[in-house]
Amino acid sequence: MKFQKNSLEQSSENLKSTLKSVKGTYNHEIPKSNKKYYENINPIEQKSLNEKIKILNEVNNYLRSKDDNIKQVTANFLGEQKSVEIIRSGGETLTDVRPLIRFNVSVMLEKNGRKETGVYGVGGRQSYDSYLKDDNWKSVCDEALRIASVNLESKPAPAGEMKVVLGPGWPAILIHEAVGHGLEGDFNRKKTSAFHNLMGQKVASEGVTIVDDGTIDNRRGSLTIDDEGTPTEKTVLIENGILKNFMQDRLNARLMKTKSTGSGRRENYRHIVLPRMRNTMMLSGNQTQDEMIKAVDKGIFAVSFGGGQVDITSGKFVFNCTEAYEIVNGKIGSPIKGATLIGDGPSILKEVSMVGNDMMMDPGIGTCGKAGQGVPVGVAQPSILINKMTVGGTKL
Amino acid sequence: MVKDQEFLEKKASYCLGLAKKLGATESSVVVMNSISENVNFRNKKLDESNRSDDLGISITTYIGKKKSSISSSNLLDDNLNILIEKCVETTKNTPEDEFNSLPDKDLLAKEVKDLDLYDDTHIENDQKIDYLKKLESAASNDKKIVNTESSFTQNKSNFILANSEGFCAGYKTSSFTASSVTVAKDEKSMERDYEYSSKCFLKDLDDAGELGKQAADRTIRKLSPKKIGSEKIAIIFDKRIAKGILSTFASAISSSAISRGTSFLKDKVNQKIFSDKINVLDKPDILKGLGSRNFDSEGVKTDTLKLVDQGILKHYLIDTYNGKKLNLKSNGRCGGTSNLYFENGNISFKDLLNSKSKSLYITETIGHGSNIVTGDYSVGATGFLVENGEFKYPINEITIAGNFKDMFKNITLANDLEFKYSTNSPTMMIEGMVVAGK
Repeated sequence: MKFQKNSLEQSSENLKSTLKSVKGTYNHEIPKSNKKYYENINPIEQKSLNEKIKILNEVNNYLRSKDDNIKQVTANFLGEQKSVEIIRSGGETLTDVRPLIRFNVSVMLEKNGRKETGVYGVGGRQSYDSYLKDDNWKSVCDEALRIASVNLESKPAPAGEMKVVLGPGWPAILIHEAVGHGLEGDFNRKKTSAFHNLMGQKVASEGVTIVDDGTIDNRRGSLTIDDEGTPTEKTVLIENGILKNFMQDRLNARLMKTKSTGSGRRENYRHIVLPRMRNTMMLSGNQTQDEMIKAVDKGIFAVSFGGGQVDITSGKFVFNCTEAYEIVNGKIGSPIKGATLIGDGPSILKEVSMVGNDMMMDPGIGTCGKAGQGVPVGVAQPSILINKMTVGGTKL
Repeated sequence: MVKDQEFLEKKASYCLGLAKKLGATESSVVVMNSISENVNFRNKKLDESNRSDDLGISITTYIGKKKSSISSSNLLDDNLNILIEKCVETTKNTPEDEFNSLPDKDLLAKEVKDLDLYDDTHIENDQKIDYLKKLESAASNDKKIVNTESSFTQNKSNFILANSEGFCAGYKTSSFTASSVTVAKDEKSMERDYEYSSKCFLKDLDDAGELGKQAADRTIRKLSPKKIGSEKIAIIFDKRIAKGILSTFASAISSSAISRGTSFLKDKVNQKIFSDKINVLDKPDILKGLGSRNFDSEGVKTDTLKLVDQGILKHYLIDTYNGKKLNLKSNGRCGGTSNLYFENGNISFKDLLNSKSKSLYITETIGHGSNIVTGDYSVGATGFLVENGEFKYPINEITIAGNFKDMFKNITLANDLEFKYSTNSPTMMIEGMVVAGK
């Protein structure tokens, strides 16, 4: 490969002129590990274009035969094989080959002039076949159609503060947004995170334990080594309500006088490394979802979400429901229209009054955006009951 | 220096030639180079210096009605050979789609006007550092400001778009961007806000001191926010949020959403969707405009469009593929709008604030709460309570919600439009929305 030598030379010129008096030493030591969390496969070559087109056609036919109200079906496969080579100062070379696939189905229904969509997908660091053997793709279609059908019957969502029960799995993007980002090393080193002065303090209800784990086999957010060559690990962020660790890359770890947690990630070589999440998980407690629903007089039950976002500094975060129901007198009622839920990161976990025994991973579809860089992540949680959140509906 | 036209053209024509030789019936290619240099400051000290040199190519080949695309950042001939071979091979295996084709030849741009989009000035890092020092010193003047981050970026780009119909054109563009993000703190709260300036020409950039002061002022006034109750109330959107509502409108009239039926504005051409006074323009030929261009990403000439005339929707944003599906001609909007804006309303900012005894002024929204299928809108928001024209106190942890179909009909615009971004709106008031708080 021919290097763009001029460009590299120009960059080093710029640095020299900018950093006139800065000196430092470089720590060469990194921990080593032989553990791999996914196989060295190439999903792109494992399934031919024709096979994929064949399944997409079947998806279309299958869904349209199931419901006459279907107006649009969008389905796609996304596959990548990423080969990473890290040459560290000192000449040490580390490599990692990362497979990643995703299969998405989106359905639009139209009935009596009203349109609603349902979206579902699955994925991970595996071959397509492990997800789509036999007719597994049908369950993905069924789920997308089910969500769209529920939404077609939905009523305007209520507005105001109320109790919220979150279902297990994907709703854990609440954890990702509300606390995950605030526990990334860079924001805490810069003291711009609402959590920067809370280490060792109680930030969540008793019974709430949150980990960020890069070591689960074949998951979307798993990494054998991070993008600086550090093996990933299971980092305990919050243990039984107490803040224990931040997520660190090498730069922020050094400046905060701690060690990297194997959380240094970059979208690709065009971007710089930042401390990022991998699979962020709230662990199971011992209550049931039923108990939670019964404990709510007036509130909502949120089963699935679209995207979320957080303001690191004020701690306020939002996420958008894509499937939710009202709860009236301890019973699940009608589906409600997509509403935004808003809360306060540092205090929301103190409002968690029940933690379920049904922890579940998300289906493998999450991409986290930070500073213009997208990286694949996972989330997991059991059902939880939150005492007070603001629901952004239109019904007063 | 960014690669010159000659280099990019040579690569483009090499690709088109090879695609034809390998069996493509039509093809198009984009070659681009962009060089970006930036310096970041944090708490009045140098924090980072970055330089990136980006070279990229994207090739689309057709065989009859079959189409596929491929892209890479490696422009060496050996790699291009592999890429194009792979692209043509994939095209052969792709199902036919009767709407696939290059744009009609008579719609392609015939001339490339000089829209004053390139400033040859080069700003050295030392000068960027001087600018940021001045900016940060102004930003951290008040002791409530506990953190400042700022950056200065110079970007120079060049591109060539070529296709097998003989189209081959491109031009250089430049941008100079300065931004300041500040964090303020008091006993009760910590808040963050920002100010930003981006221009094609260095000499047009905002004054460093002004920019820093603006960011700090915006942040300090947010301290010790309150939460309000749930109610129906008039919402006033700061210009930087109002432009987002205009962007949502643009995505709802994109021909891809219309042809797929996934927009609440489908079949609304020639119908009234805004109130009488509302006009929306997309004007590609503004000199030095941040969204200005001569042609769209397929080479189709872009003319000014009055998208909304006195409240009535006049055009969708049409590209070749979706245009064919809808039986409409491309209007040069592949890749979206150019300089999109609401025309000024006829009352001043001050009168707008004064027009209601009580309203909510929104300076920031978070969340992806715009659904263009149903028109439903629900986002988290931060702002101020306004009473009788006065900012009373800051507000946060609320949501605002409504449906665009109703919101569009209840828009009142101030007369304070400025061209700060590529999509711009005057300050906007919408009545009848619901705030969810306590």
